[in-house]
Amino acid sequence: MSPEILTMIAWSTLDTLWMVGLAGLLGTLIGLPLGVFLATSRQGELFASPMANRILGVVVNATRSTPFIILVVAIIPFTRLVVGTSIGTRAAIVPLTIAATPFIARIIEAAIREVDHGLIETARAFGATPLQIVRKVLLPEALPAITLALTLTLVSLLGYSAMVGAVGGGGLGDLGIRYGYQRFMPDVMLVVVLVLIVLVQGVQTLGDSLARRLDKRAKRS
Amino acid sequence: MNAPWRPDADDRLNTKASYESTGIVVEKVRKTFDARKNSKRVVALDDVDLSVREGAIVGVIGRSGAGKSTLIRLINGLERPSAGRVVVNGTEITSLDERSLRQVRRSIGMIFQHFNLLSSRTVFDNIALPLEIAGATGSQIDKAVTPLLDLVGLAEKRDRYPAELSGGQKQRVGIARALATRPKVLLSDEATSALDPETTEQILELLKKINTELGLTILFITHEMAVVKALADRVAVIEQGRIIEEGSTYDVFAAPRHEVTRRFVSTVTGGLVPDWLRARLHTEPAAGRSAALRLSFAGKDSQAVVSQIARELQTDVNILFGQIEAIAGQPFGTLVVSLDVAAERLDRLVRELATPERSARNLTVERLGYVA
Repeated sequence: MSPEILTMIAWSTLDTLWMVGLAGLLGTLIGLPLGVFLATSRQGELFASPMANRILGVVVNATRSTPFIILVVAIIPFTRLVVGTSIGTRAAIVPLTIAATPFIARIIEAAIREVDHGLIETARAFGATPLQIVRKVLLPEALPAITLALTLTLVSLLGYSAMVGAVGGGGLGDLGIRYGYQRFMPDVMLVVVLVLIVLVQGVQTLGDSLARRLDKRAKRS
Repeated sequence: MNAPWRPDADDRLNTKASYESTGIVVEKVRKTFDARKNSKRVVALDDVDLSVREGAIVGVIGRSGAGKSTLIRLINGLERPSAGRVVVNGTEITSLDERSLRQVRRSIGMIFQHFNLLSSRTVFDNIALPLEIAGATGSQIDKAVTPLLDLVGLAEKRDRYPAELSGGQKQRVGIARALATRPKVLLSDEATSALDPETTEQILELLKKINTELGLTILFITHEMAVVKALADRVAVIEQGRIIEEGSTYDVFAAPRHEVTRRFVSTVTGGLVPDWLRARLHTEPAAGRSAALRLSFAGKDSQAVVSQIARELQTDVNILFGQIEAIAGQPFGTLVVSLDVAAERLDRLVRELATPERSARNLTVERLGYVA
């Protein structure tokens, strides 16, 4: 493999990390409050507003059921509006974020619903406001599960980021398609796949160990 | 072992008027839960009156579903009554909005059956939680939590997580947390039900200690009569949303009036007659069977009943079973005897022993039947 190709692989890896990282971050920033709201807004819950809960649920489901590759194409006008272009790494971040947000919202909802209801009652009995309950009870108690959930999201985003390569999104997927597939360079394809494997493995290992350290429920010897 | 009997304990639970300023008053409270998709309308509490005088320990005992959890949740306003009123520390909480209610809750401590500690927080930080909620500063929290760790004997566990503690230790953390905001009232929701007997005893001792040392009013709910016996000054028995019996713990144990109460009492005292003896009892007299009587003595007055019976009837009194136990710090004795006498003489004896004068001296007689 020529040094040019190797440089391209290195840059593409950085592109992928940048896309996935930023989309994950933005997705979390938007998805976290949405997830908290989804988990606490049914009838009789902390921020009970069943109607809003149902509407948000439908929107989240609709976004999640749209195939990613269709989503990418469908929101091109929106992407142009936000970042000024529909091609390249920057443009890819928009659909990635939009795909990640409802996903993150749902898994954070699930993580928060796992928190023992007795703890909410306890905090209420001590006079906590709903916001205090979210901040001091729900989020800290759900943190290990949320960490695992975000790890899962990042791994999915790595896969998605390869897909945006098909429509000129940049990153490892783009490289694999244009060089590995269209120029028939199987060695490039192989390296791209290997790098992705290493990235996924790395993210998963990191996430697992972080979640383990945050989880104080298990008895430590 | 037991705390000394306090003669004033009897009137610690009293009429509402005199204690509105302190303690707890529950007045004509009714709580219904509306019908839902898969359940009918439920009357959880029906015309419940209960007062707890400041500094008293009162137990509410009932089977699951009797309404005791609802009752305790009404007192800190986690539930609102459908009718009636609840006054805690002089504040009528039934008329408060959610915001004011939160303030009141900060002056009411609560402990739970499953401890409900935050797994993500250390012992210290768990105890600090109510203070954080109340907006205390770091140094205020430090000053409040450290003595509490000493009080519950967990000073060297301060940086441990709940998963590293035993059940008893977790409940100690729960108690310290409940005391963090220096409440006047402590509510206990089956606090010892998940603990083994030995640990239960230690936790009850701790609760008694904080009642005595801090003058804390304690209202607890339980389904275990042993807890009532060890801890409560007074007890209320709740069944199907109604308080069916209420009185000083000693009186309720010595002379339970209601069938449900009797069953609860029997879980502790073995029905005042142990099973092995009950199995030998017959309802009809027959040759070779003698009459069996249960004599119960309350208080410290000793009475020469057995020798009196023997003397008056000129017959042998055979002691089948006897025990003395402490209820609310007062001795309570049970003696089961059998005697071989004719029916009419036995009737007369029971009548004589049941005179008002005798009852006043806390002697009760009950015919159990006949024993072979």
